[in-house]
Amino acid sequence: MDRNQSYRNHKRLMKALHFSGLFIVMSIICIPGLWIVLNSFRPTVEIMAKPPVWIPTFTLDHYRAMFGGAGEGGVPVFSYFRNSMIVSVVSTAIAILIGMSGGYAFARYRFKGKNGYFVGLMLFRAVPGVALSLPLFIVFARVGIIDTHIGLILAYVAMNVPFTVWLTDGFFRQIPKELHEAAEIDGCTRWQAFWQVEFPVAKSGVASAAIFAFLTSWNEFALASQLTRSVGSKTMPVGLLDFTAEFTINWGGMCALAVLMIVPALILTFLVQKHLIAGLTFGGVKG
Amino acid sequence: MTRRRLPEWFLLLLPAIIVIAAVVLIPLIFSLYSSFTPYKLTRPSTLWKWVGTYNYEKILTDAKFWAAFGRTVLFLTIALNLEMLLGLGIALMVNKVTWGQRTLRTIIMFPMMFSPILVGFQFKFIFNDNIGLVNNALQSMGFNVALPWLVDGKLAMFSIAFAEIWMSTSVFAILILAGLFAIPRDPLEAAKVDGCTPFQSFRHITLPFLMPFIYIAMTIRSLDVARAYDIVQIMTGGGPARRTELLWTLMSRTGYVDARMGLANAMGYVSIILSVVFTIYFFRKLTAARAQIGMEG
Repeated sequence: MDRNQSYRNHKRLMKALHFSGLFIVMSIICIPGLWIVLNSFRPTVEIMAKPPVWIPTFTLDHYRAMFGGAGEGGVPVFSYFRNSMIVSVVSTAIAILIGMSGGYAFARYRFKGKNGYFVGLMLFRAVPGVALSLPLFIVFARVGIIDTHIGLILAYVAMNVPFTVWLTDGFFRQIPKELHEAAEIDGCTRWQAFWQVEFPVAKSGVASAAIFAFLTSWNEFALASQLTRSVGSKTMPVGLLDFTAEFTINWGGMCALAVLMIVPALILTFLVQKHLIAGLTFGGVKG
Repeated sequence: MTRRRLPEWFLLLLPAIIVIAAVVLIPLIFSLYSSFTPYKLTRPSTLWKWVGTYNYEKILTDAKFWAAFGRTVLFLTIALNLEMLLGLGIALMVNKVTWGQRTLRTIIMFPMMFSPILVGFQFKFIFNDNIGLVNNALQSMGFNVALPWLVDGKLAMFSIAFAEIWMSTSVFAILILAGLFAIPRDPLEAAKVDGCTPFQSFRHITLPFLMPFIYIAMTIRSLDVARAYDIVQIMTGGGPARRTELLWTLMSRTGYVDARMGLANAMGYVSIILSVVFTIYFFRKLTAARAQIGMEG
């Protein structure tokens, strides 16, 4: 009887520990983000209040100021949003096309030095954005595509291609070779066989690669901060800096822009959550 | 009239090679060249003056550079290891949950969507010594302190590491969780029958199986360790008094603020080599771990 009792106690204790551990971890993950959202709805006076005000009052002032263009400094948030969208969507589309063809080459063909090519490709992704931004700035200035969408798109395509190759390679490898062979016997060309048979099967993998490429471009700062100058091409991460002055930061406004930045990323990620994880592990483990 | 045609695989890879050559390789070659000149943005003619390895000698004898370099390596080692351990812990805890697991998984992915620069701002706000959440909470709990989180050198380094770990642990947690789902049941049950303690079966069955997943996460992380630049740049800008200066912030200051491109590019090369070494190291570990559990092909 006694042993039973102590065993039960032990089990209960473990359960409590497990639960509280999870609770603490989830709080740490959630609170910073929620704090940003919360503060985007609070008046500046309250954010700055000393002693702190814990019961929040609700206001849309920051959003009104942000979208109205007026207010402190007048941040052209629509232009930033549009720039971010154009650059991210176009660079993702191009990177996916290029990366998919590369990934297909790695998954389906045998050739000499395959591993070497693959690792070499990945290493280009490892070049730190800051280190690349110095020479890229000079080269782009020479070519005259600094402060344009094209320049930024080019940079992001090059940045995203290696990772896209990695992910799509993993997915194409999952598809049995017999599938496209059968299609070719039935009279398809290789090209048709790819688009009508293999691509639909690998679609979810391609989607997850696209999300990664999109998020990378959407969130990138080190390159964008150097390659963009004006309202015509600045993206949102660079736009965040508009809320900082020499010694002060407009916290409320910044939080509002931050929320605007996270929402599209959140929606996209939730849509393809499941594939995202599968994409990462397929590419790596079975690669 | 039969022309020798390029092999198909090469044609398929060609667009990728062209883009990367144009946007990454050519600038890198240019920067390699300029790292042997005293190039200054303000005086373009300096680009044509060859000074040999002068820049490299200069940084290699510069105490500030070595301090930043050492700090970067230390920072990465600590951050990556902690992220791995925390990620493992979180994954094991979530794996044990019987309901609501999907929700938890979604929550874990949350930080992955945050832009590094946003993470920087967010924690700059939270660790603000005057109006930040942390100090406000401490004061409301009755501690009469205002800890200078971003002003004191050690605390600033802690805050930055906290931000970095907050942002990147989820990569490990998610991938290790995926590994836990894929783990075969039979060996675990056999071990239980044979009288293994939970710890033993974790140590000798679960962990070896998880290793490839851990190394995938490590490889993915090592590809963009330099994202820490965004965080540091925003939170402290390398200050106070260079206490949080990492390789990347030092480089960007030398390049853009002091306009000494040649010198900055020399530093850039050191940082590139650092990243490449990290990546190759984990790639090889990944291959080895895959071979160990027979998952090649």
